[in-house]
Amino acid sequence: MGSQVIAIGLVMGAGIATFVMSTGLIDSLGETRRLYYEEFRFGDVFVDVKRAPEGLARRLAEIPGVRRVETRVTVGATLDVPGMREPATGLLVSLPEGRQPELNGLYLRAGRLVEPYRENEVVIGDAFAEAQELGPGDRISALISGHRRELEIVGVAISPEFVYAVPPGALFPDNKRFAVMWMGRDALEAAHDMDGAFNDAVLSLMPGASEPDVIEAVDALSRRFGGQGAYGREDHTSDMFLRSELDQLAVMAIVLPVIFLVVASFLLHTVLSRLISLDREEIGTLKALGLTDREVAWHYAKFAAAIAALAAVTGISAGAWFGHAMAGMYAEFYRFPALHYELAPWVLATSLSLAFGIALLGALQAIRRVMRLRPAEAMRPEPQPVYRPLLLERLGVAQALSPAARMILRHLERRWRRSILTCLGIATALGTLIASSFFLDTIDFMLDVQFNRAEREDVALALIEPQSLRALDDIRHMPGVMRAEPYRAVPVKLRLENRTRRLAVLGMRPGGDLHRALDRRQHPVSLPPDGILLSDMLARLLGARPGDVLTVEVLEGRRPVRQVRVTGIAEQYVGTAAYMDMDALNRLILEGPSISGAWLKVDGAAAGTFYDAVKRTPAIAGLSIRAAAISGFNETLAENLIRMTLTNIAFASIIAFGVVYNSARISVSERGRELASMRVLGFTRGEISAILLGELAILVLFALPLGMVIGYGIAAVVVESLQTELFKLPLVLKPATYGWTALVVVGAATVSALVVRRRLDRLDLVAVLKTRE
Amino acid sequence: MDQQSRQTAFRVKGLTKVYDMGEIQVRALRGVDIDLYEGEFVVLLGPSGSGKSTLVNILGGLDSPSEGHVFFRGEDLTLVGDKNLTLYRRNHVGFVFQFYNLIPSLTARENVALVTEISPDPLTPEEALTLVGLGERINHFPAQLSGGEQQRVAIARAVAKRPDVLLCDEPTGALDITTGVVVLDALERVNRELGTLTVVITHNAAIRHLADRVIYFADGRISRIDLNEQRMKPSEVSW
Ligand SMILES: Nc1ncnc2c1ncn2[C@@H]1O[C@H](COP(=O)(O)OP(=O)(O)OP(=O)(O)O)[C@@H](O)[C@H]1O
Ligand SMILES: [Mg+2]
Repeated sequence: MGSQVIAIGLVMGAGIATFVMSTGLIDSLGETRRLYYEEFRFGDVFVDVKRAPEGLARRLAEIPGVRRVETRVTVGATLDVPGMREPATGLLVSLPEGRQPELNGLYLRAGRLVEPYRENEVVIGDAFAEAQELGPGDRISALISGHRRELEIVGVAISPEFVYAVPPGALFPDNKRFAVMWMGRDALEAAHDMDGAFNDAVLSLMPGASEPDVIEAVDALSRRFGGQGAYGREDHTSDMFLRSELDQLAVMAIVLPVIFLVVASFLLHTVLSRLISLDREEIGTLKALGLTDREVAWHYAKFAAAIAALAAVTGISAGAWFGHAMAGMYAEFYRFPALHYELAPWVLATSLSLAFGIALLGALQAIRRVMRLRPAEAMRPEPQPVYRPLLLERLGVAQALSPAARMILRHLERRWRRSILTCLGIATALGTLIASSFFLDTIDFMLDVQFNRAEREDVALALIEPQSLRALDDIRHMPGVMRAEPYRAVPVKLRLENRTRRLAVLGMRPGGDLHRALDRRQHPVSLPPDGILLSDMLARLLGARPGDVLTVEVLEGRRPVRQVRVTGIAEQYVGTAAYMDMDALNRLILEGPSISGAWLKVDGAAAGTFYDAVKRTPAIAGLSIRAAAISGFNETLAENLIRMTLTNIAFASIIAFGVVYNSARISVSERGRELASMRVLGFTRGEISAILLGELAILVLFALPLGMVIGYGIAAVVVESLQTELFKLPLVLKPATYGWTALVVVGAATVSALVVRRRLDRLDLVAVLKTRE
Repeated sequence: MDQQSRQTAFRVKGLTKVYDMGEIQVRALRGVDIDLYEGEFVVLLGPSGSGKSTLVNILGGLDSPSEGHVFFRGEDLTLVGDKNLTLYRRNHVGFVFQFYNLIPSLTARENVALVTEISPDPLTPEEALTLVGLGERINHFPAQLSGGEQQRVAIARAVAKRPDVLLCDEPTGALDITTGVVVLDALERVNRELGTLTVVITHNAAIRHLADRVIYFADGRISRIDLNEQRMKPSEVSW
């Protein structure tokens, strides 16, 4: 029994552990975020403008419900990092001279803030500082609005608006090639030709203020100054990622613990039922001797309580340990002053009640049986089990079965409820494994679509300002450029009825080969000569279907408001997008031919000289390098995904092992006598093992397809619950994943079966013959 | 029949069996020497704890002695090892126990078929069951049979492989007299028709009349051996 207590304790413990880990993380992450946002005054509403005078700030502050306004200058820059050939992208944010900003404050990790009016001093983000091993005293060269600047790093900091900092347009952090930097307002104004003006405002709201009303008022006021449309935290990239992480954890905090605890409760039920059958006569005797029902029941309740205690202790400590490890992992992505995994008292209390509650649930039926058993009835041996021919045999098939096969099948059929539940238990193990591994396939698929089918350019080059088509020739003549396809990106607000979305419409040339919109089967969609193509997530958010006419509020240049017909939907897993023919887009915004940048194919051998040229070209705002994005992903997210998957393999194996081990032990207990009799009749150890293992093999065999269905189902639920504007996760499960997960489960089952098989070698043949069944 | 002209099946030499119980040692057999012949019907009698079951279990290859040797047709069973003991049981020995030890999930026929499938030259299950007078009930499960019927299925299962030796440990111990007679009839018939050496342990002294030889046990030793001039049929014995 000892080992069975451990097996069940482990399954239950795994449930408690996942609960403790994810609930604790939600708690810690949520609380850390709240405190950080509060202490460092994270804004509520954000708006970018082209160029606005400080006077606008005063009028923004007068909007009812607005508490504070912080204006800033933000500028993109190309950085030349010592020791790195390709340019890095910098996002420079201005700091008020000599003080912390009122909103989006900085938490200094090292060094100090910029001294007033020191135009060469910067504070850099800690992710970049870590990745490049830079710190106070180091220097870095930047190309800001066409001016080269030698900057001195004086501090390393983080800010609540960059908890999750990704390069513009990217999804995963690229800490080596993307830097957030803070610089004195004066210096940045000068560099960006913004004297006495700003291009970025952050607002905080009074408690109870209406965010939509404020956003509307901000839009109305900022329109004149090239306002790009205000948005709340809801649409703030950093917070959006953080929220989607918390949502994901919330799913994990429910799905996995429920699965583990239900399985554990079932295991406990079967073990106790068996134990009580074995102890039947003893129970009768004890009751006849005057022990009360309660006293006898307590004996078995103690068994359940021991398991609960074991599960609580191992589960809580393992959960806390995993929680710490995960918090450490999160700290790499989410930049907080400190992210500690804290085991809140309520999590502890809930875990304990879960453990004991589930144990009680599993033990309830068995204990009720003990209490109901009358002494006289109990002291009589249990009646011989009644078997029937198999359903299959009664139907006239299965005549050719050997007696051994019949033994296996009839036993399974007689205990059909337990057989089904055991089968379900094993299937659940497989399901859990599949459901926690599908992410690898899905991400793989998304990366493949993203980088091999949709965005195939080596480099996406962005210009600071839209330029005439002549710029394309200049780009084509840069060293190493083998192919260049221009694009035009125009910030707009799309509206259908009362639903609006802000984004940049991408104008492309038809027939382009590097950057393409795809259909459902990942084939390129041809661009309509006019009309707009929406990504499916965007179409969903706008409630738009092909044929609908959208209102397009252009947010730059002459800011016309136009109508455009939706001509198609493109399948896109990452972010939202809208595509148009480039000429049609330029016509729509009432401008002549112009480009915002180009997608390039670059000769690998000449990449170095190409990067050097980029660093010297003031008109270039920045590059996104495909290879860098992929390697950035592999270095960060992929590694963690693999670590998570390994953890899940361990958990799923615990279920598989626990269920199979338990089932095998009960089988041995129930059939020990028959198997010993068979040994007496001259059957070999191998032959009787085959009966035990055959029974398990059948259960596993049925469990595999069932588990695959369960796994697919759980994955589908998880995917559905994780759909965000950032990712439209496709549910991708490769055959290989079904294969290896099934192997893990079969492996765990085999190990536990073999462990139990060794008991058969110790069957005492002579002892069996001396006793009645 | 002349004892000397018969072939020896078992030759038991200086057999002792000591159960080591830590503090105390139980000497279940204290030096047993006996020859058992092909085809004879032997009854073992003796007080409880005198070592009868211990001897039979060793003869059947279920247990091994502490000292001494058991030769079966010249082969020393104490030297052949576990694998070969299994094969020995499979091919040569039939067992019948007080508790029938049938497989509850198999019908009478299937319980017998279980053994016939692994034997080189078996009776058919139907033949074996007919031999014990159970031709009708072959598709019943053990739970649907009376104790005597179950015991006869056990005998059918034991003899279906045409064993060379049939070892029975209190085969009627759990049965009333009438049922016991039916079971003994079956044993007697198997011994007569198949010529199987049959060893029966019993506490019922009346059964000694069925035997060619009666071996008395006391305190781990053979105390006496009686020869019966005339074997009786179970129906002739006064119970
Ligand atoms: N596994 C065992 N461990 C310890 N002692 C044992 C074991 N099996 C038998 N004995 C002891 O060996 C002695 C002989 O036992 P055995 O079963 O051979 O007696 P028996 O003659 O068959 O008695 P009965 O007529 O009651 O069946 C007894 O004293 C018994 O207690
Ligand atoms: Mg005995």
